[in-house]
Amino acid sequence: MTRAGGIRAAVIGGAAAALEIACHAGWIDPVSVIPPSQMVAGAYTLLASGEYYADILLTLENVGLALLVSLAFGFLGGLVLHRLPRLRQAIDPLLASYYAVPTFLFYPLFIVLFGLNRWPLVAIGFLFAVVAMMLNTLNGFDRVPVVLTKTARVMRLTRTQEIARVTLPACAPYIFTGVKLAIAYSFIGVIAGEFVLSGAGFGFKIAFAYNNFDNPTMYGLMLLLLLLVGSVNMLLYYWERRLYARQVRA
Amino acid sequence: MSAVGEELAVSTPQTGVSGVLDTLYAIAALLFAWQVLHWIAGGLVLPSPLGAANRLALIAADPEFAGHAWETGRAFATALLISLIGGLGLGVLLGVHRLSSEVAEPMLVALYSMPKITLYPVILLLFGLGISAKIAFGALHGIIPVIMFSMNAVRNIRPVYLRSARAMRLAALQTGLHVMVPATLPEIVSGFRLGFALTLLGTLIGEMFASQRGIGYMLLKAMESNEPTTITALALLLIVFATCASWILLAIDNRLHRRT
Repeated sequence: MTRAGGIRAAVIGGAAAALEIACHAGWIDPVSVIPPSQMVAGAYTLLASGEYYADILLTLENVGLALLVSLAFGFLGGLVLHRLPRLRQAIDPLLASYYAVPTFLFYPLFIVLFGLNRWPLVAIGFLFAVVAMMLNTLNGFDRVPVVLTKTARVMRLTRTQEIARVTLPACAPYIFTGVKLAIAYSFIGVIAGEFVLSGAGFGFKIAFAYNNFDNPTMYGLMLLLLLLVGSVNMLLYYWERRLYARQVRA
Repeated sequence: MSAVGEELAVSTPQTGVSGVLDTLYAIAALLFAWQVLHWIAGGLVLPSPLGAANRLALIAADPEFAGHAWETGRAFATALLISLIGGLGLGVLLGVHRLSSEVAEPMLVALYSMPKITLYPVILLLFGLGISAKIAFGALHGIIPVIMFSMNAVRNIRPVYLRSARAMRLAALQTGLHVMVPATLPEIVSGFRLGFALTLLGTLIGEMFASQRGIGYMLLKAMESNEPTTITALALLLIVFATCASWILLAIDNRLHRRT
């Protein structure tokens, strides 16, 4: 482990230990925050009981659906905008401010449109994720070095060969960044929707446990969710760093 | 690799009047698509743009609305202030010390990409229902990108600037004022732009649960009583506000970036 990594582990461990001590010493009201050891115990109990698997699976399915649709549309959208510079210029100010708009306020509208089922969640996950994918695909195509396309032409590659062997590998890291963000954003969208209004799912169960003052379950679920999403995101983050590092060397 | 948010700022060079005109066409096309969707889905599900605008005028005329808007505005402004000042302070502190920023960066990335809404029960338990929970929620969303951008801005100051400052025997205050501030300002403003957007999102989401007042609460109420016209009208208001604010900040941002 690097020095920074060691310090990071110590900081996180120290924070958890401090919280544990503060809870046991009674400095923090146990009605609001429970000690980390009890959170872990709660998480373990509900994993062992298997009661929440259906909800967790449902959330993952919704995230997966939102992700697939946003990756497909985001990639195609990026490609189209790259090919049509005038259209790109026209909608650029809208794209640039897209993430300034709290997209989440479409969720109530989606419920009215689709009814209270999984589709409003998938739709809000899609809205969060698609533009990130589109912008990064666009960025990837922009950054294919001219020398590579020229070389492809010198070697008389066909159109398909050029795309498969030159263009796509060259923009792969940027597209990967798009995928990374799309994964994080579809999680955020779906889980936020589940919190506000839904009938099942990971976020719904946390809100439900909160409303029933069931702190061990609530913190247990929260810990599981944050660990799950956190490890997915961290994996992608380190993978991405490696991709970009390789590109610099090449 | 770039920091979070930069990945979302792919810009296209704009060309004068024809570019602006094209953008207006694009907005017109969007409004038209909305109208077509309205015709397909029917007025009970999706109101027309004009219907939403009319409803917005009605809502705005209601004396109660001013109270809700004021409440949201107050919560948002406070949360924004905390995000910007707190984020800038923490970011600069972490940025000047290389090891601290190495320790902090992956943690910040993890926090940034976390669905922070998961923490809302904790925020409610700690702050109670009311304006402080909303502010906490907004600041929680907004402060992280500000920290990250400020940290990277300080970390990426070109060493030659600092060496020149030393060669010219500038005092610490002078180095700060004439070298560090101009060198970091563009990135910091980019962070502010992202922080602004996320604070607004956080404040509104906070209002959806944690409150009996504010525009987020009005949205939630409209959702529960199944009033798509009100939802759309409020959404329209917030979209126009957020987009205009973002354009102003983007213009400042671009100007600063072009100068360096």
